[in-house]
Amino acid sequence: MGKIVAATGNEAVAEALRQINPDVCAAYPITPQTDMMQRFASFVSDGKVDTEIMLVESEHSAMSACIGASAGGGRVATATSGPGLALMWEMLYVASGMRLPIVMPVVNRSLSAPLNIHGDHSDAMGARDSGWIQLWSENAQEAYDNTIQAFRIGEHMDIRLPVMVCLDGFIISHSIERMEYLDDNVVKAFVREYKSLNPLLDVENPKSIGPLILPDLYHEYKRAQHEVMTKVKDVVLDVAEDFKKISGRSYGLFETYRLDDAEIAVVILNSAAGTAKDIVDEFREKGIKAGLLKPRLFRPFPYEEVAHALKNLKAVCIMDRADSFGGYGPLFMEVSSALYPLNDRPIMINKIYGLGGRDFMPQHAEIVLDELVEIVKTGKFKTIKEYIGVRE
Amino acid sequence: MKIPGWKELTPGAVILQAGNATEFKTGSWRSLKPKWKEENCIQCLFCWIYCPDMSIKVKDGKRGEFDYDFCKGCGICALECPGKKGKKAIVMEEEDK
Ligand code: SF4
Ligand code: SF4
Repeated sequence: MGKIVAATGNEAVAEALRQINPDVCAAYPITPQTDMMQRFASFVSDGKVDTEIMLVESEHSAMSACIGASAGGGRVATATSGPGLALMWEMLYVASGMRLPIVMPVVNRSLSAPLNIHGDHSDAMGARDSGWIQLWSENAQEAYDNTIQAFRIGEHMDIRLPVMVCLDGFIISHSIERMEYLDDNVVKAFVREYKSLNPLLDVENPKSIGPLILPDLYHEYKRAQHEVMTKVKDVVLDVAEDFKKISGRSYGLFETYRLDDAEIAVVILNSAAGTAKDIVDEFREKGIKAGLLKPRLFRPFPYEEVAHALKNLKAVCIMDRADSFGGYGPLFMEVSSALYPLNDRPIMINKIYGLGGRDFMPQHAEIVLDELVEIVKTGKFKTIKEYIGVRE
Repeated sequence: MKIPGWKELTPGAVILQAGNATEFKTGSWRSLKPKWKEENCIQCLFCWIYCPDMSIKVKDGKRGEFDYDFCKGCGICALECPGKKGKKAIVMEEEDK
């Protein structure tokens, strides 16, 4: 029954990929993803997987090769980080537009300039509109579990979409934590035999892929692509239910922490949610009804469910580890869109934190929760968008 | 040809009917028209190989007339044609001439 280990996030995701044993993996090294794919390359050279690994000259080529392999009819995985994801941009849209269920762990890293190799969410947030499903992970365990579930979600015959599994660069990718691995045969049975849809290598049934589609049909294809996204939530929940049976671990569209009777809360993604939960506990001990919501499925965004979970709050702070210069943070924009249709909604503020790997400290969560307490007391807030942990 | 609605599309725009490009006539794109001068033709079939469409009709190993339903007028055939004694067997002419 599985095994308990000490592993880094990169190691854990590489282990998931070994257990899944994809047909093809085309990748290019980039910090902080490098050590994940290096480990996977060792599995290939040690004969632990049957994967055809393709070492290419750039991330644009990595995603292009993945697209070719997936269209050919194989189960395909790759991984990247920050600027690597940025270089894939054109091909991300090709992968989703062609409905290819490629799975890609994204070890979140900031974007240049200035050059920085550390963790923030600018990379994946920029790819928000690329048509990929996005799952976000707080720690190595979630990154491992999400990677395994990602194959079932993306490859579902009603979905056939690529999936990004996001985990924080260095904070998760390079930190060792306690992990539970599933048995190889359990993972194998869970992800099932890969079934292709209209594969190019089915030469008995010749076909063309990637055609030119002009204004008379393009609009319809995009409408159809949106429709597929509307079916993702249910599949994510079904897959999570199956996953619970093999792992005992529960997943939803998002995680709520002490939120049911809360009056104030923070909405926060990935590793910083762990820190924030501790401070929520401290506030609860002081008798303050604080809570937390941590999104897991960011694309498609579960607007109604998030609105339902947050509707009884008096004030909420949405925390972004990515910025939209001249705009609100990307998570804030989603949550405020979710809450807007309600007649009574909490006061919403937005904090930008942790850019370029700046540590998110317990006192940052304290400052935010204290401000929310003040907002509830006075019914007033200072500014919607502010930076925390920044030197004046 | 009826244009399908968004619910009727193949996922990922895959074209499952092999060879259906024959239904899409590209000849109307042409502004220059290739003309075949049979007297200068040495039947090398370069034009047939180089034509990016299927506009050179070949029968029994010999080229015949252009298929103007598909010829886009790109002029590649005229450029590549060696002709006979320095005289091209394909020349490009203005479409309305
Ligand atoms: S002009 Fe271009 S398309 Fe027309 S026959 Fe010549 S090569 Fe083919
Ligand atoms: S390339 Fe010129 S010479 Fe050769 S077959 Fe065609 S028309 Fe004739």
